[in-house]
Amino acid sequence: MADATAVQTTGTPTQQRRRSKGLSERRLAFFMVAPSMALIALVAAYPIGYGIWLSLHEYSVRVAGLSRWAGLRNYSTALSDSEWWAAFFHTMIFTVCSVSLEFAIGLGMALVMHAAFRGQGIIRTVVLVPWAMLTVVTAVMWRTMFESPLGFVNNLLGTNTVWLGDEPYALIVVILADVWKTAPFMALLLLAGLQVIPSEIYEAAKVDGATAWQRFARITMPLLLPAILVALIFRTLDALRIFDLPFVLTNGKAGTSTLSTIAQETFASNRIYGLGSAMAVLTFIIVMIVSFIYIRTVGGNIRGLAEE
Amino acid sequence: MGATAAAPPQTVDAPAPRKRRAPDAGPKTPFWLWCVVALIVLFCLFPFYWMVSISLKTGVELNNGTPYPHHPSLKNYDSIFHNGDFTRALLNSAVVSVVTTVLALTVGSFCAYALARLRFKGKFVILGLVLSITTFPAIAIAAPLFRLWSNIGIYNTWIGLIIPYLTFALPLSIYILVSFFKEIPKDLEEAALVDGATHFEAFRKVVVPLAAPGLATAGILTFIGAWNEFLFAITLTSSRTARTVPAAIAFFTGSTQFEQPLGTISAASVVISVPLILLVLFFQKRIVAGLTAGAVKG
Repeated sequence: MADATAVQTTGTPTQQRRRSKGLSERRLAFFMVAPSMALIALVAAYPIGYGIWLSLHEYSVRVAGLSRWAGLRNYSTALSDSEWWAAFFHTMIFTVCSVSLEFAIGLGMALVMHAAFRGQGIIRTVVLVPWAMLTVVTAVMWRTMFESPLGFVNNLLGTNTVWLGDEPYALIVVILADVWKTAPFMALLLLAGLQVIPSEIYEAAKVDGATAWQRFARITMPLLLPAILVALIFRTLDALRIFDLPFVLTNGKAGTSTLSTIAQETFASNRIYGLGSAMAVLTFIIVMIVSFIYIRTVGGNIRGLAEE
Repeated sequence: MGATAAAPPQTVDAPAPRKRRAPDAGPKTPFWLWCVVALIVLFCLFPFYWMVSISLKTGVELNNGTPYPHHPSLKNYDSIFHNGDFTRALLNSAVVSVVTTVLALTVGSFCAYALARLRFKGKFVILGLVLSITTFPAIAIAAPLFRLWSNIGIYNTWIGLIIPYLTFALPLSIYILVSFFKEIPKDLEEAALVDGATHFEAFRKVVVPLAAPGLATAGILTFIGAWNEFLFAITLTSSRTARTVPAAIAFFTGSTQFEQPLGTISAASVVISVPLILLVLFFQKRIVAGLTAGAVKG
């Protein structure tokens, strides 16, 4: 056993002490991690397993609770359904447009917030307002701006467009609403990335006569790249799941159906459980493919957290 | 907007020739930067302003698109507080969000502490699992639960919402707390251990009090997430009994069919946004720290 004088040196004596007291470290870790893992299994893994099971069956419309094995029939129905493919393409267009606009605006906001000037506190506060807004409220807000007699957009542009009732305008409004709400989040992630770039590098580049553009292209962008990747993938995964904005703005009509809205409509409104579950599982698979790329990219970050 | 705002670094030195002497004397804000700032402020606040102005309009004014209400009226606000669906939804949202947050923080903090401090195998796998759960599309869980909850009788109840809310609340709090726990100096715990505390005592009496800011951050973000949740809220509820605020707003119609419902919907939206905005402004630093935790550096 370590005596009092040895404790001062380094970790080894304390470590011996640890093992002798209370639960061993490994067992304590097990007891601390187990509740979370059990809950996750219960609330996430089990429902997903059950969802896959549902998607492999057909359910009687007339007799409640009656079902029969359908194999992959629900999947082939979904994949040959033109409405599902329409939803798929809307989701893809939404994801590409909203994420790239959010990136451009977010990067601009981050650079402005990073620039030292008096009153920069205002802007850091103001960008949190859209982030704090509920998504449903965001949808209401954009309806009040675009819907005809209340909104000002048609007056401003001198147009007579039914923004929320016609293709492709409805999808444009959905994209704009999403960009408004989440560009600030993107900006905060990128700002955090900017703040860890040491200012000495810029000083050195200035001394060497690099222009502002060179400093941006050769220093800022490469060093910001990890933060950019994380932000883009975060947002892409979110965008692929988009549900609330199209649901509240247009109820998934007028060319705004998405992978999530069409699945929800199929199983919750139309009560076609098998097909609806298959559509939900397809969404899950698409998101998981992207998520896999995500984990590969930020794998280093998790490893960092897992390290001693 | 993106292009103009992205320009700053290029033009940082543009006005420099005239005042080359003073770049270190304290940043002087160039005019163009103020313009960009004004643009960002307008971009962020104008949609909210418009909704507030709609919520103060009534009758014909709602339909003539004036930039501000000429005869502001609180009638819409009065009507939502006399709307039983809305007040009940506030209660539902409060209960569901608070319970979800407390559960996620309690269970999650144990897990996060073990991941941040204790030595055991499989940490990487557990963190990877936790992170991948945060990317699950809610629809993949909502579809089976829609049927399952009816079968076991918790469809349209608080508990029926709290359980699926844990799917995002628990991983979120674990992920934020791990990075906060890692920042607490190890020496304090070591000292407690030397003084004869067990690991669990060190966690409860030393780490948890020190991690209070981290717990607050994780709590706020979890609460906002639960308060904001929509897909489960409309799929797993069918009436005012358990319907939360976002779902209630989505199903809101005017009290009569001749009334433009967006006036009252806007008022309801303003009412639920203001506390949230205040919360966010008050805990601004914490929230930003939590949002970026683990995203930039491990």
